[in-house]
Amino acid sequence: MKRVITAAIMVAFLYACGNQNGTPASASVAEEKKEASANPSYDPNRGEGKFKAVEVSGKLDAAMAENGNKVYSVKCSSCHKTTDEKLVGPGWKGVSARRTAPWIMNFITNTDEMITKDPKAQAMLEICLVRMPNQNLSDIDARNLYEFMRKNDGVK
Amino acid sequence: MKKMKLNVMAIMVLALMMSTQACKPKNAGNAVSADAAEKTFVAPGKYDEYYNFVSGGFSGQLSVYGLPSGRLLKVVPIFSVNPENGYGYSEETKPMLNTSHGFIPWDDQHHLDLSQTNGEIDGRWIFANANNTPRVARVDLATFHTAEIIELPNSAGNHSSPFITENTEYIVAGTRFSVPPDDKNGDVPINTYKENFKGTISFISVDKNSGNMDIAFQLQCPGVNFDLSHAGKGKSSGWFFFSCYNTEQANTLLEVNASKRDKDFIMAVNWKKAAELIKAGKGRKQAVKYASNRYDEKTHTATSTIKTEVTVMDVKDFPELVYFIPCPKSPHGCDVDPSGEYIVGSGKLAALIPVFSFDKIQKAIADKAFEGDYEGIPVIKYEAALYGEVKKPGLGPLHTEFDDKGNGYTTMFVSSEVVKWNVKDLKVLDRVPTYYSPGHLMIPGGDSRKPTGKYLVAYNKITKDRFLPTGPELAQSAQLFDISGDKMQLILDYPTIGEPHYAQAVAASVIKEKSVKFFKIEDNLNPYVSKGEATTKVVREGNKVHVYMTAIRSHLTPDNIEGIKMGDEVYFHVTNIEQDWDVPHGFAVKGAANAELLIMPGETATLKWTPDRVGIFPFYCTDFCSALHQEMSGYARVSPAGSNVPINFSTGTNLPKPDSSHSKK
Repeated sequence: MKRVITAAIMVAFLYACGNQNGTPASASVAEEKKEASANPSYDPNRGEGKFKAVEVSGKLDAAMAENGNKVYSVKCSSCHKTTDEKLVGPGWKGVSARRTAPWIMNFITNTDEMITKDPKAQAMLEICLVRMPNQNLSDIDARNLYEFMRKNDGVK
Repeated sequence: MKKMKLNVMAIMVLALMMSTQACKPKNAGNAVSADAAEKTFVAPGKYDEYYNFVSGGFSGQLSVYGLPSGRLLKVVPIFSVNPENGYGYSEETKPMLNTSHGFIPWDDQHHLDLSQTNGEIDGRWIFANANNTPRVARVDLATFHTAEIIELPNSAGNHSSPFITENTEYIVAGTRFSVPPDDKNGDVPINTYKENFKGTISFISVDKNSGNMDIAFQLQCPGVNFDLSHAGKGKSSGWFFFSCYNTEQANTLLEVNASKRDKDFIMAVNWKKAAELIKAGKGRKQAVKYASNRYDEKTHTATSTIKTEVTVMDVKDFPELVYFIPCPKSPHGCDVDPSGEYIVGSGKLAALIPVFSFDKIQKAIADKAFEGDYEGIPVIKYEAALYGEVKKPGLGPLHTEFDDKGNGYTTMFVSSEVVKWNVKDLKVLDRVPTYYSPGHLMIPGGDSRKPTGKYLVAYNKITKDRFLPTGPELAQSAQLFDISGDKMQLILDYPTIGEPHYAQAVAASVIKEKSVKFFKIEDNLNPYVSKGEATTKVVREGNKVHVYMTAIRSHLTPDNIEGIKMGDEVYFHVTNIEQDWDVPHGFAVKGAANAELLIMPGETATLKWTPDRVGIFPFYCTDFCSALHQEMSGYARVSPAGSNVPINFSTGTNLPKPDSSHSKK
């Protein structure tokens, strides 16, 4: 059943991508979104994935951020700027304030499922129109990247 | 009296009907059972039960089908260039097709053998032969890439190949066309065949871990045509059996002149003894020239090395190494049953199938039950080696595979049928028509120690009316039979690529879990890799321009390139920096006398382009990758030779800078 819903949502999305002025598709996306956010077991601040609570210190871990920077330059920089300018995907400025650490880390490691399920991810897809690729980050990569985002947002 | 005459006539008519029926298949309508669709239906989104690897024949490639659906899953390029993905065109893959004759863009791929451990298919590699310019290839079944190709010296028409020993210690390659050895003067009259031509059998060793192939040794044999082969199994695992025809040693009109003798031979080779002799330093080092090409999965690059020496043993100098066993009428298939006791020779012009006994062969050798010798090689007496004959199986037996219930299945080319017979009592149990004239047949595991008993595929040589007409050339038909019951049942017809000869199949579970989904960008050791857009660049080295480019949904970086001049060679080194399954990017540039690249996630591939005129040349991604795939493109500017336009590259800089040299000459 879950599969069927997932497939339906994906179909709706594909349709939405190729049909900008198509009201029926947008309507069905909206409906599915309602259904997803109406699901009480889904925490839209945490997202879907393996990360529940992430330990984040008030201070920046510079070494982690540096490793995150390396991951960024190989796997993310093609599509994301560190400013607020949108390239393929949104710019990263302020992202660590806009989203929680678990949400970000779930999104970058469990991308497909999040795009299919998460209302915020879906809203971004409607703007960007390119499904974010899963870049197969390790758990450590994901955490380091989050630290790099914090550094980018001015955490010292 | 009258009545008797009538009866006799009735019997004669009946006999005639039966015989025509045996030779001429019934029409399709009544040959297919009612539940055929149910047996072959694999629901959308479901997987097939077996991977079926099918030789491409004159296509030079390997095709992969799912069974029982007959769905084509993949074509793996091996011996022919493949513009579709750049194999043989990209700088990284060109060396795979190098030979001592230089780069060869095509070959004729006949036989396949899956690697085995203890006589069972282990799913690591599949080996493929090239018939025309003798070579053997290894395909890695984690990536479905051709990992290695080795050329064979002293050889021509590499037909009885690439059959393996039961622990993949060796692959054999027997020459179909005997020729003068490479280090002898080959400029001899063709009709000096008997004097100057030799048949060579190569034993190629396979490294247990890497799979790397090397020619361990070659056996120089009398000049005949080696046709097919199979290794022994279990008790006979130290032996290899080769069919040979043209023991008449004809060099012209073989159709007639190589069909004169009542019996040709199965050649039995004690390969363990040969390996011991080589280890003891026997054999002659011969100067030759052959290519060994290996593809490195880390650099995504092939290297071709020309090797110059091989060790050869002339079999007549080493007693107890090789024996001939008479086999009727130009034997073709040479197949060994799962127990290793029975060796089946299929005389393609014979009306019977001889089955030889390994135990009797050993006894005949011990008793010296020889009828004479052939060019110094002992010939065992036919009866001394024979277990028995399958009588009246049909016409033109070619190849035999085995099931898990002690039965053999033989294709009959002339009478166009598959015949099932019991290996122990040699009685024919069932026969079923094929459409038309089958060559090889295949049962999953059917040449291993552990065959299965559910499906059989016949690969037919003639298609005629089986599919919608497509002009004079038709796809070759494959036919799937359910062999789980007493009677074989035709359940599916499907078209194939090229001309299938031998095939292999294995349960999907043996392979699917280890299939690589993408290459880790961190592990990419290609010297021209770009790990992230920050490392992309354009570098001029003399008249060579190297473009270090990345591809990710949905742009190429850099996508504006200037400073290329007439007379330059441009190398686009494109790295796909995606890290997800099934996201290849393509790359093509206008006017390039070359193919495209298809670059897998994490891979780097290089397209060489020699611009032939001044102007602006678009390049773009050829594999629909995302909603903005049509936007995934760029421009290269080519200036005249001697122009002072500097190397310049960018992505995302839309307007010319003030005072830039863009419009100046």
